[in-house]
Amino acid sequence: METLELVETHVNRPKFRSHYDNYIGGKWVPPVGGEYFDNQSPVDGSLIAKMPRSKAADVDMAVDAAQKAFETWGKTSATERSKILLQIADVIEKNLEFLARVETVENGKALRETMAADLPLCVDHFRYFAGVIRAEEGSATELNADTLSLIIKEPVGVVGQIIPWNFPLLMATWKLAPALAAGCCVVIKPAEQTPTSIAVLFELLEGIVPAGVVNIVHGFGPEAGKPLAQHKRVNKVAFTGETTTGRLIMQYASENLVPVTMELGGKSPNIFMKSVADADDEFFDKCVEGAVMFALNQGEICTCPSRLLVHEDIYDRFMERVIARTKAIKLGHPLDPDTMMGAQASNDQYEKILSYIDIGKQEGAEVLTGGGPADSVEGGYYIQPTIFKGHNKMRIFQEEIFGPVLSVTTFKTPEEAVSIANDTLYGLGAGFWSRDAHELYTIPRQIQAGRVWVNCYHDYPAHAPFGGYKKSGFGRENHLMMLNHYRQVKNLLISYSKNKLGFF
Amino acid sequence: MSRVDLTPAAADILSQLKAEHGPLMFHQSGGCCDGSSPMCFAKGDFIIGESDVLLGQIDGCDFWMSEDQFEYWKHTHLTIDVTPGRGASFSLEIPLGVRFLIRSRLFEMAEYEQLPPVHMGPLATQ
Repeated sequence: METLELVETHVNRPKFRSHYDNYIGGKWVPPVGGEYFDNQSPVDGSLIAKMPRSKAADVDMAVDAAQKAFETWGKTSATERSKILLQIADVIEKNLEFLARVETVENGKALRETMAADLPLCVDHFRYFAGVIRAEEGSATELNADTLSLIIKEPVGVVGQIIPWNFPLLMATWKLAPALAAGCCVVIKPAEQTPTSIAVLFELLEGIVPAGVVNIVHGFGPEAGKPLAQHKRVNKVAFTGETTTGRLIMQYASENLVPVTMELGGKSPNIFMKSVADADDEFFDKCVEGAVMFALNQGEICTCPSRLLVHEDIYDRFMERVIARTKAIKLGHPLDPDTMMGAQASNDQYEKILSYIDIGKQEGAEVLTGGGPADSVEGGYYIQPTIFKGHNKMRIFQEEIFGPVLSVTTFKTPEEAVSIANDTLYGLGAGFWSRDAHELYTIPRQIQAGRVWVNCYHDYPAHAPFGGYKKSGFGRENHLMMLNHYRQVKNLLISYSKNKLGFF
Repeated sequence: MSRVDLTPAAADILSQLKAEHGPLMFHQSGGCCDGSSPMCFAKGDFIIGESDVLLGQIDGCDFWMSEDQFEYWKHTHLTIDVTPGRGASFSLEIPLGVRFLIRSRLFEMAEYEQLPPVHMGPLATQ
């Protein structure tokens, strides 16, 4: 046994409880129906913990608790809310290494990513929103000598938040931090594929967030997510997911006449102009890495740069380096600090990605590297980083595969690059790489996407707004403008005139 | 000649779901986490719009997709299969611990020419 442990290079799997409960009104509450489901790790298929299989009655309890808490939380000062957000950030920071291991076991992503990206970004997002609400001001406008218009922002109330599984803690943070900062109370439905890490986090946060301000209800989409999205006493719904569920949630929101925000995925183009290969220098190396960013998080990112557009004159030279860099990606146990790419999040995700690799081959796309499963850890869901060469009308260029699959094509002119980039249903992210100072501004402006990374990719600072054009959704996340998606405007229109209007 | 079929394993799950939920429908999703997957709902739960295309029926269930997505899919035959998994959407099979998924193949030219035209927009009975 000891010999075996010595050859294992990965860090320890964290210890989990045998089961977790819903977090409602500041207490850990078993599901009303008493049922639990198994949450298995995509790393090796092992059981993480049993999670509550909640239904409408559990969602009702959580909404009741949130509505009750809102009576006081909605009136707390920005100072008080800011202090609590900072305390949350401190707890995450103090437990960063532990939470990173939890997130890796839960989602399958490599520890180096949870350590360097997921968890540090969570810390920073809470601190950012703690900061901005201290500096914010409303407005007072004197409309005429006797009339003053005061604009005051008020929280919308109780928010239902449906969280995806690709960044379980970070995506929860993107929704939680601004909602709490704005003074809203929250009912969260974590993804059923990755429900445990947020339960672990809120065990650490006990005593910090007032009871009922954040409520977590676990369960399956049709049984717990749907009643939350339909709930008559939820004042806003924030959703990250796909187009059909997005439409369904808007349909429910239309019944209740409440606002929604939607983040619905993409098929992001990553454009490399001829000038990037003018020199074989640091920047060229950065460009090569920028093209290989499709493999970050195993490709399970809404903004995965899954369409690579390369100027035809530099195609051979550039792709030789991109393929070599892709082949150098170290697959392995996600808890091994040297592993660069871990497991896909679930078996169904794994099967779906393989079905897309199959259709890519059928449509005649050429496999440049990868092209099938990988056998990193027995029982887990691993796929080789894969590059296809083809054209933009192929299904692998048009559909979000949500895996480490890159589709590359060439262009001759900037106009053609823009035309291919925009020939997609989606408009979430895009990358543009060039040494030409003029086109660095003019071409990104022509790309129909909410976030265009220029000479960089996959950077998500808290103070840069993020969201989609076209079928990638609407509303924004991050940045202080996000606060307004959780608030409404109260206008006090005050007359200081003593004179009547004279109508009656 | 049909545009959509399903595997025996998927048919099995579908009949279990019909017994529990009554008549069903499918809408093919695009994009993001649980996307690019067929979503199974109680018939009428998802409101079909003028921008939706009816690809056909499988075991009595209408199979829909948005028109713009269909533009990129129309040259492929779709087979609904099922795999163990958890999913993360409102699709009805998820509590059974399985997830529907699409397997695709290219139509032969001769098949493609025989395909009936698709229906656009809500059906009169809905």
